[in-house]
Amino acid sequence: MTQLATSAGDHRTLIMSLFGVFVLATLGITLWAGRSTRDAADFYAGGRGFTGFQNGLAISGDYMSAASFLGITGAIALSGYDGFLYSIGFLVAWLVALLLVAEPLRNSGRYTMADVLAFRMRQRPVRTAAGISTIVVSIFYLLAQMVGAGSLVALLLGAQSDAAKRWTIVAVGALMVLYVVIGGMKGTTWVQIIKAVLLIAGAGLMTVLVLAKFHFNLSELLGSAAKASGSGDKFLQPGLKYGTNGTTKLNFLSLGIALVLGTAALPHILVRFYTVPTARTARKSVLWSIGIIGVFYLMTLALGFGAAALVGRTALAADKSGNTAAPLLAEHLGGGAGTTGGAVLLAVISAVAFATILAVVAGLTLASSSSFAHDLYANVIRRGKATEKEEVASAKLAAVAIGAVAILLSIFADKLNAAALVALAFAVAASANLPTLLYSLFWKRFNTTGAVASTYAGLITSVGLVVFSPVVSGNAKALVPGASFDWFPLENPGLISIPVGFLAGVIGTYLAREKADPAKYAELEVRSLTGLGAH
Amino acid sequence: MAPPPETVPESFQRIEESAEFRQLRSSFRNFAFPVTAGFVLWYLLYVLLSCYAPGFMSTKVAGNVNVALVLGLLQFVSTFAIAAWYARFADRQLDPRAAVIRGRADATLPAQSVDHTAVAEEAAE
Repeated sequence: MTQLATSAGDHRTLIMSLFGVFVLATLGITLWAGRSTRDAADFYAGGRGFTGFQNGLAISGDYMSAASFLGITGAIALSGYDGFLYSIGFLVAWLVALLLVAEPLRNSGRYTMADVLAFRMRQRPVRTAAGISTIVVSIFYLLAQMVGAGSLVALLLGAQSDAAKRWTIVAVGALMVLYVVIGGMKGTTWVQIIKAVLLIAGAGLMTVLVLAKFHFNLSELLGSAAKASGSGDKFLQPGLKYGTNGTTKLNFLSLGIALVLGTAALPHILVRFYTVPTARTARKSVLWSIGIIGVFYLMTLALGFGAAALVGRTALAADKSGNTAAPLLAEHLGGGAGTTGGAVLLAVISAVAFATILAVVAGLTLASSSSFAHDLYANVIRRGKATEKEEVASAKLAAVAIGAVAILLSIFADKLNAAALVALAFAVAASANLPTLLYSLFWKRFNTTGAVASTYAGLITSVGLVVFSPVVSGNAKALVPGASFDWFPLENPGLISIPVGFLAGVIGTYLAREKADPAKYAELEVRSLTGLGAH
Repeated sequence: MAPPPETVPESFQRIEESAEFRQLRSSFRNFAFPVTAGFVLWYLLYVLLSCYAPGFMSTKVAGNVNVALVLGLLQFVSTFAIAAWYARFADRQLDPRAAVIRGRADATLPAQSVDHTAVAEEAAE
């Protein structure tokens, strides 16, 4: 790690100028987009004028976060095959979004996830619940990105002090608030598109370089990785990380379920479907993103095993999270530490990683401030009497407030593991949002009580179990290492909290005194399947 | 943003009860529900095998490539295939039917009556 910091330190100017170019270019685009952002549909949904391909790229940009690029490469480099399981879950999850969620959502909502959840229910209780869960999921996700940004920047720029790390977090936070407040959804979408292209190009270049070293022979790459890892064939088999005992296996199962069910309920992904004009383009954008994300995750296989084979165990193990595997591999592929080629490639890949973090953070801030303004402020606090102007102004204020909260929390939580936070966001989304979303769209009897019950039950169970899990206390890596109230053994709560969310929706529905309105269900069904009256 | 006329929910209910709409709904559901069940089970099978059958998953197929890697890559293949299959199905079976229903409704419903929002309803409460 020190070695990386030193050699990166020598080329700090290069890294900083590449990153500076990205920031200036995206700020320029944001200013340009801001000039054409006039009404609420522009601010929340980018004017609904993006094409399927553009939105597909933007969705990929929003989805391929630092956890995907740095995290999965690191997980494969350190745990071998077990790390690859992340890639598979993250990709298969998109089929849920494609088949069940994207088109009905585009057809029946306007700006936020809660538009669909509250469509046929009493507005205030359902929007309150959905708004709270949107903000909770987004803040967990935000924290993961900001913490990742802080440690990456501190590491690569050689600034190891806490002060530098904090200023980096503050700078990233301030920049993202600027993107959102000025550019709205249009500016944020273009930032995602640019970032996605950069990330695919960077990962693609590294993949080709890795494969070329092994004569484009997958078996040879795997063999060298297994040998260099020190674990031999075990490195290529399932179980190196999660196969230790019954609890770790259940933990893996829980993680697997949360990953596959979480994607279709992530608010910052769902609002992307509103940026295109029709359900058909929403479908096209999901198809593009499945293609782009699929190819990217296949590349993580080459990057992860490549890092294991080429970088070597000692250098990789210096950082236990594995987050430095991708930059280290870039340096090696460019010619190694101390060479100009190594420094250039390291600088390029690090700049791409920064761009990734910045773009995802902007997307998350936009989704949560939209939900605050449209669901909580306009519909709950002002009871639908706010003007469009007031609503957008409150969204901008909310973006500043959420940015500030995320900055503060990240500074205090900078020892938390970024991957655990992202997986937690997936589990909360799958427990609190997915049951309500699916029941609303497809179950005629589902009613207000059911919607409120499934959202809160899923939200409280998932967050509650995390508080009592090994993530928060009971060991050296935990948030509160001194205390131990970790009576729930699994790191990911999905296995318990997702069924609880689904079950609570059924119980709430049957216990409710107020029946579902068949006319409203007819309207939702007709709109969601035909696009009649879509905005 | 005026509250919608009383007739609108009835119009939607009329459409919902029409034969065309019922056909559209059942062809969507008959595709989406079983296929979702299928790929979720196929994914769970893969996760469970990785957890509880490491011996089988470690069987070498060719060189250093083992069953686990082949099954993992097959998850990618099946995801791409299902996405392409659905795209074709929706293009041919769903889009034309939805367009017919939309065209008919636009002809009978006055334009502003389908353009109301949940927000307007809340204000009217």
